[in-house]
Amino acid sequence: MSNTMKTIAIASAMTAALAAHTAPAAAETKEKCYGVSLAGANDCKAGAGTTCAGSSTVDYQGNAWTLVDQGTCSEIDLPAMADGTERNGSLEPLERDLPA
Amino acid sequence: MLDTSGHPTHLPTAPGVGYKPQHFQDILENPAPVTWLEVHAENYMGDGGRPLAQLRHLSERFPISVHGVGLSIGGEGRLDPDHLARLKHLCGWLLPASFSEHLAWSTHDSHFMNDLLPLPYTATTLARVTDHIDEVQEALGRRMLLENPSSYLAFVESTLSETDFLTEIARRTGCGLLLDVNNVFISATNLAVDPRAYIDAFPLAHVGEIHLGGHDEDEDDHGAPLLIDSHGREVADPVWALLDYTLQRSGPRPVLIEWDADVPDWPVLADEARRAARALERVAA
Amino acid sequence: MSVCQTSFHDALFDRTTAVPPGLCDGVGQPAGRRFNVYRNNVAVSLTEALEHGFPAVRSLIGDENFKKVSGLFLLQTPPSIPVMMLYGQEFPGFLETFPPLSHIGYLGDIARLEQAQREAYHAADSGSVAAETLARLSPDALAHTRFRLAAATRLIRSCWPIYDIWRFATMNGAPKPAALAQDVLITRPEYDPALHVLPQGGAAFVAALLAGNTLAEACDAGASDAEAFDLSAMLSLLLQGGAITAVETED
Repeated sequence: MSNTMKTIAIASAMTAALAAHTAPAAAETKEKCYGVSLAGANDCKAGAGTTCAGSSTVDYQGNAWTLVDQGTCSEIDLPAMADGTERNGSLEPLERDLPA
Repeated sequence: MLDTSGHPTHLPTAPGVGYKPQHFQDILENPAPVTWLEVHAENYMGDGGRPLAQLRHLSERFPISVHGVGLSIGGEGRLDPDHLARLKHLCGWLLPASFSEHLAWSTHDSHFMNDLLPLPYTATTLARVTDHIDEVQEALGRRMLLENPSSYLAFVESTLSETDFLTEIARRTGCGLLLDVNNVFISATNLAVDPRAYIDAFPLAHVGEIHLGGHDEDEDDHGAPLLIDSHGREVADPVWALLDYTLQRSGPRPVLIEWDADVPDWPVLADEARRAARALERVAA
Repeated sequence: MSVCQTSFHDALFDRTTAVPPGLCDGVGQPAGRRFNVYRNNVAVSLTEALEHGFPAVRSLIGDENFKKVSGLFLLQTPPSIPVMMLYGQEFPGFLETFPPLSHIGYLGDIARLEQAQREAYHAADSGSVAAETLARLSPDALAHTRFRLAAATRLIRSCWPIYDIWRFATMNGAPKPAALAQDVLITRPEYDPALHVLPQGGAAFVAALLAGNTLAEACDAGASDAEAFDLSAMLSLLLQGGAITAVETED
């Protein structure tokens, strides 16, 4: 594509995008402020745990590791798509290179 | 009282609550009896977005207290200049009615531990905390309030009582004090002292704000009661009684309800504030 | 017997370390498990911060595993500043190099997607460029213009179906992810981050814009990445997300 052609293609793409775009109605500040708030993480409470809960809540000994339960990932079947594999590759058997 | 730009410079001697974003709409529509709000400084140190927009909106309607939880004023190291600058920026645009922090430390060697850790009360720590508060007040260009901690243990090396320590800090730096009555009850129970004796020894003239919150109950190795400052339930009855005892001696003060875990719906929090309003009415009468 | 903050700190992070002597209860007995209140507060509060930040990762590996992984991560990488809203920047990389989880190849990218949403949520506000400003540019000026993108704009490229996995992990009834690669653009039209799965060549185009290239150069990057690159669709997406805040034209 020549530079002129490209320039014209870009301009017409922009024209099409602008034609399809309708600016959202400006909401009142208060209304914009409503909505999902991600929880702030700083506060001055003491943790939910108590003296004895602490030792069981968090395992400080990282040597012996076992995964204790399963999350939603056990329901997902995907081929191992490590770097270098086909990005839109077909389904292959799930490779588990390390035991869970 | 307003400053020249119309911002309140003092908290009202009325009930306030710790602001939680889930209450935004309720607070705008039906705030009574709450007349002022407190926020944790560190949650408003982002660059923008909804948290700052909400706070800006609320600050046009309510006096705001900025309550820091991360400055590590009791730390052995120097204050973090970056964090002080963040606080200065926040107080600069928000112009809050009050700024307060804790008698505690939370950062060590650039590790922030997200908890308020205790310090011994000695001549050395007194000098250090004094220097840090001087630095904060100078950087922010305003007087701050310092809050008494909840204690789960004590230091053998301490030579001063907590009340003497705070009295001397206030005298040396000119700072005010934030008296957390729940913390007094927790520390007194945990360290086997009389909470009323603590209040009697506290320099009440310097108190610019009072905190109340809920606590949990546990036990130490010997079966002695160990109260935990969980902020996850209603204020306990003996703490309300200690508030009455305090207000009778101090006179009316701004009283804040803190509820940070298992945060209830607004009506429950408003009921706690109503109970604080009644306590204030009793001493105003 | 004085307790310095170094020994207090070290004992907080290492449970095999004895409680520092010099700490006591109210009547002079050793503090014992009273010290665990602080140990616990640190561990629980930092774990909760990660739980808030990475709900999809938590759903994928399960609550108990997440608590254990967090417990290790927070020891290795405690927060370096007292602002917790973005704690966990190093969590994606940690998940990728942590052997017991390395069989879940997409976990790091999902964590990256969640971290990017939090960053977008807290990013600086910005107004979007007026449509008239763009419409007024001559074709030549438009080709040579550089877009300034909103501070909230984030691009996550992956060889996994990260959007579908994220949705499956966080939304009830979402379909199971199929095997394909997905690149995700995050915009923040008002205050809520919006996720867009990019069409082919879209990520190369946005990456070029983010790197400060002209529209023509970014267009080349998109087209050379994928023959089917659709510039108009990409421009629509950026406009709709309020992602273009200003244009810089060359004199």
